[in-house]
Amino acid sequence: MAEYIVEKTKENLVYSKTPVLKDNVMHYCPGCSHGTIHKLIAEVIEEMGVQDKTIGVSPVGCSVFAYNYLHIDWIQAAHGRAAAVATAAHRLYPEKLVFTYQGDGDLAAIGTAESIHVCNRGESIAVFYVNNAIYGMTGGQMSPNTLIGMKTATCPYGRDPQLHGYPYKVANFVCQLPGVCYVTRQSVHTPAAVRKAKKAIRKALENSLAGKGLSFVEFVATCNSGWKMSPVQANKWMEENLVPEYPLGDIKDE
Amino acid sequence: MGEVKLMKGNEVIAEAAIRCGADGYFGYPITPQSEVMETLMERKPWETTGMVVVQAESEVSSINMVYGGAACGKRVMTSSSSPGISLMCEGLTYLAGAELPCVVVNVTRGGPGLGTIQPAQSDYNQAVKGGGHGDYKIIVLAPASVQEMHDFVFDAFDLAFKYRNPVMILSDGVIGQMMEKVELAEQRPRWTDEEIVKMHSSWACTGKTADREGNIITSLELDPYAQEQFNYKIFEKYARCEQEDVRFEEYMCDDADYLIVAFGSSARICKETIAIARANGHKVGLIRPITLWPFPSKKIAEVAQKTKGVLVAELNMGQMVDDVRLAVNGAVPVEHYGRTGGAVYTPDQVYDALKNKIIK
Ligand SMILES: Cc1ncc(C[n+]2csc(CCOP(=O)(O)OP(=O)(O)O)c2C)c(N)n1
Ligand code: SF4
Ligand SMILES: [Mg+2]
Repeated sequence: MAEYIVEKTKENLVYSKTPVLKDNVMHYCPGCSHGTIHKLIAEVIEEMGVQDKTIGVSPVGCSVFAYNYLHIDWIQAAHGRAAAVATAAHRLYPEKLVFTYQGDGDLAAIGTAESIHVCNRGESIAVFYVNNAIYGMTGGQMSPNTLIGMKTATCPYGRDPQLHGYPYKVANFVCQLPGVCYVTRQSVHTPAAVRKAKKAIRKALENSLAGKGLSFVEFVATCNSGWKMSPVQANKWMEENLVPEYPLGDIKDE
Repeated sequence: MGEVKLMKGNEVIAEAAIRCGADGYFGYPITPQSEVMETLMERKPWETTGMVVVQAESEVSSINMVYGGAACGKRVMTSSSSPGISLMCEGLTYLAGAELPCVVVNVTRGGPGLGTIQPAQSDYNQAVKGGGHGDYKIIVLAPASVQEMHDFVFDAFDLAFKYRNPVMILSDGVIGQMMEKVELAEQRPRWTDEEIVKMHSSWACTGKTADREGNIITSLELDPYAQEQFNYKIFEKYARCEQEDVRFEEYMCDDADYLIVAFGSSARICKETIAIARANGHKVGLIRPITLWPFPSKKIAEVAQKTKGVLVAELNMGQMVDDVRLAVNGAVPVEHYGRTGGAVYTPDQVYDALKNKIIK
């Protein structure tokens, strides 16, 4: 059989992985949004030339291991505490670029106090908030963001507002705080959405470096394993159900 | 001789933090230690040494700010009192698990629950036995004077970085609130960012430069065998600390027939008790553990076995007495005397306890 060898030259290279992304195989389920968001952050860090001055704070949640994938300095925070950890890193190294990367359980449930007050203090950091409306890591329990009627391991008959309250829209809340300069809701489920999301990440990191205040980037995301769907089904379900509850687009840009 | 001033224990913590070149203080108000942050905010060290001071939204947040600052290789600290320390226990175990240096000042009050705001020593076990989950230790220094409040801030930072581990200064409402003469150290410069890179870039988040891999501060390990190896490693570090950094004060033990073991403010009261006892013809000595962990077990055992009995006097229902009994290992009787909830005993009351329980 003939062998076809494609020579790797600059001319025929359409895509190359940013060196800010390590070669480690990601542990995320195929179809999960986390991996795509990681890649976008890594690319922006490379494009801005800030690898040597960036400190990431990873959460407890599926993305706890973000530190295995982005080649920067990382602090892994206790569940919900990323914002407090990032506050100190930012205050002690004001010229560095500090961001947190958190899920909806981490930021909107157990870390509510830290996450609101980091915004209220207007720390010049970026918060990347991955809202998949479920606790992915612990096996698909209800999060504050779970939709009414949505079934999870701890609301097996569907979320009932009488029992569990209502989906919590953090972005619409923190946008009211004067210390917050940029609030946007993005997704990464189509190529067009990915391009927009990357721009939002860049803006957030640039705001932070410029000392403009806190930038809050929410990603409406899939957790196909937690939702018990195929990746394709999950993308479709997200578009039809999650996005109407958490509409995409800029909420604040000052 | 350095500058001598009359100061409150809590104010001295703030003064010593600035003078020892600390980079950051993160706190939340609680009696009886609120003067620490109040003094710092009044002194505005960010305008002089560059030290950062932040009032957090809770002790959960302030200890995690300490975690973040320590992860950056900076010299950071917090202070609180009993209920606040309970909230910090999660952070403390993460700090120990991620091998991060920091200083935590605990000006204890009476409990349980919201309790009282009067001095107590009922958080000995929480401080010495962990407080948070998992196999770990924190180094605990117990000051008995305003001067020691000052000196131990310097010592605590040295120990924290020597072992890359949290160090607690376990004080109480007496030492925090009383005024005494204190000799202040000269101002030491804060470490520059370049110095921090030189000393700590092997582990700290100083920015991933081209000459090194990214540093990761974490306490997460999925493999139980790797976690076991890690725990062995930190316990080797703790063993070294037990060899090199046990501290205590020995007072009138040479001819002692009876021994009192007491720490912090209680040890001061017991020195008066010893004067009374000796005036009445009883030769009593005192060992004051200064490091509550590592505990001066060897010294206590060595002195106790030459006596007829030991009284452990502490402002609680009996906590350090367990460690003294373990040290003495049945060689002579060991009894406990305490008051609790914020009530403080007089030297006479301790003397009575000594007569009732030990001298007989
Ligand atoms: C104090 C504490 N409570 C609970 C947990 C268990 N826990 C781990 S991850 C998690 C939820 C994560 O969900 P989310 O933040 O939405 O992240 P995802 O995995 O969905 O990305 C929980 C409850 C923990 N690690 N620590
Ligand atoms: S469980 Fe959900 S959030 Fe976690 S990796 Fe899988 S798809 Fe992603
Ligand atoms: Mg989630």
